[in-house]
Amino acid sequence: MATSDKPLLQVQRLSAQFTRDGVVSQVVKGISFDIAAGEAVGFVGESGCGKSVTARAMMRLAPEGSSVELGGEVRFDGQDLLQLREADMCNIRGQRIAMVFQDPMTSLNPVLSVGAQIDDIVSRHTGMSRAQARRRTVELLGLVGIRDAARRADDFPHQFSGGMRQRVLIAIAVSCQPELLIADEPTTALDVTVQAQILRLLLRLRQELGMALMLITHDFGVIAGMVERVYVMLDGQIVESGAVDDIFARPQHDYTRALLDAVPRLESAGRTRS
Amino acid sequence: MTTAAAADQPVLQVRDLSVVFPARRGHPAVKAVDRVSFDIAPGQTLGLVGESGSGKTTTGRAILQLQSASAGSVKLLGQELTTMPRAALRRMRRHMQFVLQNPYSSLHPRMTVARILTEPLQVHQSVAAAQMPDRIAQLMELVGLEPDMVQRYPHEFSGGQRQRIVIARALAVHPDFVVCDEPVSALDVRTQAQIVDLLGTLQDKLGLSYLFIAHDLALVRQVAHRVAVMYGGQLVELGDAAQVYDTPAHPYTRSLLDAVPIPDPARQRAKLAAAPPEPEFDQYRNPSGPCVFGEDHGHTGSSTWHVVCPGHSVSCRFWPPGVPC
Amino acid sequence: MVEARPVAEAPAPRKRRHLLLALGVVMLVTMLLVTAFGPWIAPYDAIATSPNSLAGPSAEHWLGTDSIGRDVLSRLIIGGRTTLLITFVAVSLAVAAGLVLGLVSGYVGGLADELIMRALDIVFAFPVFLLAIAVVAALGPTVPNLILTIAIVYTPIMARVVRAPVLSVKRWDHVEAARSVGVGELRIAIVHVLPMVVSPILVQTSLTLANTIFTVTALSFLGIGPPPPDPNWGGMLSEARQFMELAPLTVIGPAAAIVFATLTFIVLANGLRDLLDVGSH
Repeated sequence: MATSDKPLLQVQRLSAQFTRDGVVSQVVKGISFDIAAGEAVGFVGESGCGKSVTARAMMRLAPEGSSVELGGEVRFDGQDLLQLREADMCNIRGQRIAMVFQDPMTSLNPVLSVGAQIDDIVSRHTGMSRAQARRRTVELLGLVGIRDAARRADDFPHQFSGGMRQRVLIAIAVSCQPELLIADEPTTALDVTVQAQILRLLLRLRQELGMALMLITHDFGVIAGMVERVYVMLDGQIVESGAVDDIFARPQHDYTRALLDAVPRLESAGRTRS
Repeated sequence: MTTAAAADQPVLQVRDLSVVFPARRGHPAVKAVDRVSFDIAPGQTLGLVGESGSGKTTTGRAILQLQSASAGSVKLLGQELTTMPRAALRRMRRHMQFVLQNPYSSLHPRMTVARILTEPLQVHQSVAAAQMPDRIAQLMELVGLEPDMVQRYPHEFSGGQRQRIVIARALAVHPDFVVCDEPVSALDVRTQAQIVDLLGTLQDKLGLSYLFIAHDLALVRQVAHRVAVMYGGQLVELGDAAQVYDTPAHPYTRSLLDAVPIPDPARQRAKLAAAPPEPEFDQYRNPSGPCVFGEDHGHTGSSTWHVVCPGHSVSCRFWPPGVPC
Repeated sequence: MVEARPVAEAPAPRKRRHLLLALGVVMLVTMLLVTAFGPWIAPYDAIATSPNSLAGPSAEHWLGTDSIGRDVLSRLIIGGRTTLLITFVAVSLAVAAGLVLGLVSGYVGGLADELIMRALDIVFAFPVFLLAIAVVAALGPTVPNLILTIAIVYTPIMARVVRAPVLSVKRWDHVEAARSVGVGELRIAIVHVLPMVVSPILVQTSLTLANTIFTVTALSFLGIGPPPPDPNWGGMLSEARQFMELAPLTVIGPAAAIVFATLTFIVLANGLRDLLDVGSH
C-alpha cells in the first residue's frame, strides 16, 4: 500500500533511557522501523517491552514523574522530531500526527462538554470561528458514528459509555486529518462487542482519510485484521518484523512463536477439555 | 458431619439468585443479578461470560456470600449458604475459595508469603502448628514456586508468581469449589497460558470445581466444561462449551462470539469487513406477547428458559424480533 | 485489560526525604535528652530565688535571671519536663482513643459510625481553651486534668485521620480475599486494615504534638496551666512580659524554647510525610 518511495515516518536507532533515584533503565534499546504514507503497522509485545514508550518517545511526551533521555532519529516527512523545538513539535502533535490512548476517561476533561473540547482543538489548529468550529465538531462526531451528534456535542464525558468516549477521542484525533494516527491499546479497556465496532471505525477512517496507522497492542487478534506489517517487541528491542500474514503463518523468532502458541483460540478447546 | 460431595451430587446449586442494589439519590434501584440458576458438578468448570455490567462478578461474589443476595438460594455441598449463621458460614468458607483478578492488590503488602499462606490454616485450624511449615512448602510446590521463597514479600514477585500465591492460598484448606474472577486478565498472554494450565492441572489432581468468570471468550473455551452467558443481570444461554461455542442459540451469544477477534489475518480481515447488525439487546428485556418460541410468558407465567437440546438451554429474553432461533 | 500496576507519583528526591527526617529526629532526641536529664544538667535549682534579679547573661547565669532571681536556663530545662510530659501523655491518649474510635467507626460503619462521628463532632466544636478553662474551673488546674482535657480535645482529629483511610482500605482486594478465606472481622480489622493506615497517623501525631505544645504553653500563659512554683514555659513568658525591656532574655528564653519544640515536631511531621510518601513498596 506504500505509494511513495520515501517513508512517511522513518525511525533510526531510537532509544529511551529513564533515570529514577539514580537508577538508569534502558526501556527502548535502539530500534529502527518505518511507516509508509497510508500504511498500517502494528507493534505487538507483552507488558514492559517498550512499545508504548516508543510511541510516546516519538511524540516527545514524557511519562509522568520521571526524566527520560532520548536517542536516535525520528524522521517525519524529512524532519527529525527529536531535534525540533517544543513549539514546532506542538504544531505536529494533533495536526499531522495524532494519538489515541487506552483509557478514554482520563484523556477527556470531565468538566467541559465534549463539544467544547473538540471546538477548542479544531479552532486552535485551524483558526476557524466558534460557529464554524462547532459545525466541524458535529461533522466529526457524526463521522465516528455518534448518533444525534448535534445534541450529544453538549453532553459531558461521563454521560458517554466507554466505547462512545473512545469514539470522541478518535474524533478529536482525526479532526485535523493527520497523516499518521498512533493508537496505543485503543480497545483494551472496552467490551468485546464495542471493540469490534471501534476497530471497524478505525478501518473506515483509514480508508476515507488515507491516514497511516501505528497500532500498539498486546492482542494478536486485534493486530491480525488491522495492519499490513507487524513489529514484535521484546525487552526494548524489535525481535521480528514482517508482513502480517507471514508473521502469523510462519513466525521465525522463538519468542513470536511462543506468543502465538499461548494465544487462546476460539475454535479449539484446551488439551484437558473435551 | 459429611460435607464431602457425592459423585452425583452437584457441588454448587444456584437457584433464582438475585442481587438488587438499592436506590440511591439520583439513581434508581439496579437489578445486578436477576434470577440466575445453574449447577456445577464436582471436578467441573463452569465458565461465566459476559461484558461489563452483565452482573457476572456480582454473581460470583453473591455465591461466596461476600455480597448479600436479595433473593434465591445457593447450596454448597448440599448446605444452604444464604441463611447460614455467620460463624457457621465462616467455617464453611474452607470449602469455597476466591481467586481475584488483580494479583497486585489481593495480597497484603506487609505480610510475607509464609504468613499469607499460614493465615487460612490458622483460621480454620486444619493443620497443627508444627505441621504448618510443611503444608506451606507443599502448597508452594503445588503451584510451581520454590518453597524457600516464602519469607519474601509480595512485591518481590512478578504478576504471574503472585497469582500463583493467590491460588496457593486458596488451596490451603482443601476447598471443593473455587470462584475465579478474571484470574488472568491482568497477566501477559504467556503467563495467562501458564496459570490456566496450572488451574487445569490442579482441577485434575484435586477434583476441584471452578466458577470461571471472564470476558475473554477464547480463554474460557480453553478451561470450561460448561458455559453460561450473562447479559443485563440475567442468564441468556447455558450449555456444554461445545454446544454454546459451536451452535450458539441466543442472538446475544452469537453477536458476542462474532465480535471476538481471531488471530488469523485473512479471517479477521474478512470478519471486520462484514458489518453485522448491532441490535440494542436491552430494549427487549420484557417483550409482550408470544416469545420467539411461541409461548406467551406474560400470560402463562411460565419460565423463559427453553431447551434447545439435552444440556443446552436458552432464554427468550433480550431476543430482537425477527431473529430466528 | 485493566492497568493493574499501582501508579506511583514521583517521590521527593531521596536526599531531601531523609534530611528532614534526620533533622527532626536530632532535634527531638536533643530535647528529650536535655529534659530527661534536666535535674542533673540544670546549673541551679529552678525554684531557688536569689537577690540577683533581672540579671543579664553572664558566666554564672547563661541566660540571666528572672524577676525574683531564679536562673532562666534552669527554669527552661525543668519547665520543659512538665510541658513535654503533658504533651506526650495527652497525645498518646488521643492517639489510642482515636485509633479505636476511628477503626470502629470506619470499619463497622452504619449506626456506630454515625454515633461516634456525631459525638466527636460535638467535642471538636469546642474551642480548646474554652474547654480547658471550663474543666480547670470545675476540677482544678492539676496536671492530670490538663492531660485529660487535651487528650479529649485532640481525639476527634485523630479519629478522623484514622477513619478516612480505613473507609477506603476496607474495600481493598486483599481485605476481601481475607474475608473469603474465612478470616474473622476483628482479625481483618487489626491485621489487614490497620497496618495500611499507619502512615497518615504518624504524620498527624507529629502535627498534633506540635499543636499540643502550643496549646499547653498557651494555657499556662493564661494561667490555667500547672500551678506555681513549678516552672513552665508559658508561665515564664507571662511573668516576663512586664520586664521585657529590662531583661529581654526572660522573654526570649521561653519563646525560643517554645519555637524550638514546636518546630521539632513540624520538621518531624514533614520528614515522615516525605519518607512515607514513597508509597507502600
